[in-house]
Amino acid sequence: MKRLLALTLLLLSFLAARPAAAAPPQSYFYPFVNPYEATVMELPKEFEVRLPDEVPVHEFVVRPFPKREIPEVFWYENGLVCSLVAQDHKAPLVFLIAGSGSRFDVPRMLKLQKVLYQAGFHVISLTSPTHMDFVVNAASGLPGIATDDAKDLYRVMDLAYQKVRKRVDVSHFMLAGYSLGGFDAAFVAKLDDQEHRFNFRRVLLINPPVCLYDSVSALDRLLVENVPGGMDNFDNWFRGVFSQTMHLAEAWEPGGLSGESMYRTYKRMQPSESNLAALIGLTARMNAADMIFTADVMNGGGYIVPKNVRLTSTTSLTRYAIVAYKTSFVDYFEQWLFPHYQKMEPGLTREALLRRETLRSLEGYLKGSRKFGLIHNEDDIILVSGDIEYLERVFDDRAWIFPSGGHMGNMFNPDVVSAITGFLKGKEE
Amino acid sequence: MKKIADHMPCSLSRGKGTGGGGRFLVPLLLLVLLSACSSMPKVTGPVEPPLRRYEDLVKPGQPNMLDVNDSVEGFNRGSYRFNYYFDEYLYRPVVRGYEFIMPNYLEDRVSDALDNLGEITNLTNNLMQFNLKGAGVTVSRFVINSTIGIGGLWDQAKKMGLKRQTEDFGLTLGHYGTGSGTYLMLPVLGASNVRDTAGLVADAATVDYIGPLAWLNDNTATYAYAGVYAVDRRHRTPFRYRQTGSPFEYELIRTLYTMKRDYDIEQTKEKK
Repeated sequence: MKRLLALTLLLLSFLAARPAAAAPPQSYFYPFVNPYEATVMELPKEFEVRLPDEVPVHEFVVRPFPKREIPEVFWYENGLVCSLVAQDHKAPLVFLIAGSGSRFDVPRMLKLQKVLYQAGFHVISLTSPTHMDFVVNAASGLPGIATDDAKDLYRVMDLAYQKVRKRVDVSHFMLAGYSLGGFDAAFVAKLDDQEHRFNFRRVLLINPPVCLYDSVSALDRLLVENVPGGMDNFDNWFRGVFSQTMHLAEAWEPGGLSGESMYRTYKRMQPSESNLAALIGLTARMNAADMIFTADVMNGGGYIVPKNVRLTSTTSLTRYAIVAYKTSFVDYFEQWLFPHYQKMEPGLTREALLRRETLRSLEGYLKGSRKFGLIHNEDDIILVSGDIEYLERVFDDRAWIFPSGGHMGNMFNPDVVSAITGFLKGKEE
Repeated sequence: MKKIADHMPCSLSRGKGTGGGGRFLVPLLLLVLLSACSSMPKVTGPVEPPLRRYEDLVKPGQPNMLDVNDSVEGFNRGSYRFNYYFDEYLYRPVVRGYEFIMPNYLEDRVSDALDNLGEITNLTNNLMQFNLKGAGVTVSRFVINSTIGIGGLWDQAKKMGLKRQTEDFGLTLGHYGTGSGTYLMLPVLGASNVRDTAGLVADAATVDYIGPLAWLNDNTATYAYAGVYAVDRRHRTPFRYRQTGSPFEYELIRTLYTMKRDYDIEQTKEKK
């Protein structure tokens, strides 16, 4: 309770010192002022919106490439799982896209699903195209280029809706996503304007990057620059963090293998900012490594896995894991993705490929269409300088920008939740 | 013979190694030794080295957490796969049934009662490590919980500030400098290594011969104890397969298990 009080005082002084931001209501209250803490910590329950304990979730599987043979090394993969929560009456359906490296059922997705269900929507939750389940079951090639990932996502959405259409009475469609999922949503919407399968009435981008390359570089720098002594010293650093964490954790949860619960354990200590930053960077690096290795296996190898080698369920992957965790998304882009695209499209320049990885390439489209909305934070750590001003300019009165919250730390704050549901429910313009 | 499915698919949270009849583990170890599962990939054509090669990225002699002594990796990975299916299609469905039938409050009573019966190995191992304070606390806990806590159904000692002094024979061996030996993924029982498997056998024998099973001395009761123990164990283990979303889940579990056990052994040394 004392800590709460201290936080409150800290925050009040913080809010008073700042000019009020344009969109969020004056009452916006958020307890973490440090963007790294905000990103990592879960909101204390008192500050969170109330959600139902249970919602009627129906999980189902889609197979965009039914004839695809899944390599034996991924013996646990068998189709892409999606989930639906349906209202018992006619309602709009929201497709919800997870952030980078996340499955349709990570805690954040489950909570967002509840938020949207509570607001009266049907929801179909989708795994990120960067998660290994998606790469194995639903990617048509190497993942990582937004315009092509959007095509894969669109295919999955189409199949998912076909699969559940008898269970839901849909009035019209909407699209939303957070982080990389928000970024994906913009590209999917663009595609839908050509294909017209859904005609999304509203598209909400929650904490998206502006330029993917900039954001992943920034995230990777968090790791590389915050491990004392550099990456050669990673082992020592991690062992230190591990035993510090163990010391405070009453019982280590084996669920702590995932980034989210690693943080949850970690927050019990008074973590240094650089350790928090490094852990955020590490999570991003691990997500990228998982995707890159999986994509390499699915596309015949050559990058991390040798060509003409078939990995089985008993093959040791340790050496590949070590290499993969030493590979950042930027390495993958420069050494593998760009040459690969160049081979398919002779004459393609690096700049032209990078243009497919930024919202700036959609600027005119995003500006011109009233269906887009944006929720973001001024202190989001995945943005680089100038990004927030740019987004404010592009989305204008359809942007809700909060003064603090880090990268999605404030997502379930009541004001943020009202911004999300308010925009999606908003009247026709 | 007592077959106790002490399932710890990733027994990072393992408290103790009770359960698991010794006679069950011996053939298992033989199986490990006889196992012919190869951990080498199958070659389907002329092998081209990848662009990012291990040799180029890893300096010789540089330690890596993912490198864990795993000389029966082929077997271990097969066993891991078996455990995945076992958990998915048998173990967790049973546990879900238990959770559906039992109110949460009663589930906690079962957990507390089993913990109380399991104090025997905490006692023997604290004694063997000459951690007399730990042994004393364990005895006090057992007395308090068995009486005031009515047969161990309530952990009253904890409320009095007597924390459970969890120890097992694997930790005792480690305490006296026994190396971990190769990593082992035990069928049904989960992540372990040679040292901890030996510990598991020893603790199981303790439970058999001087612990609760010896007091019961009745086959039906023993089976009931074993069954409830197995279900409670899984009920309390939050681990779910594929939760990492990583193709390297096997490696991650192996590293974290090893680090956790190393940490626990260090703790036994600091306690003295």
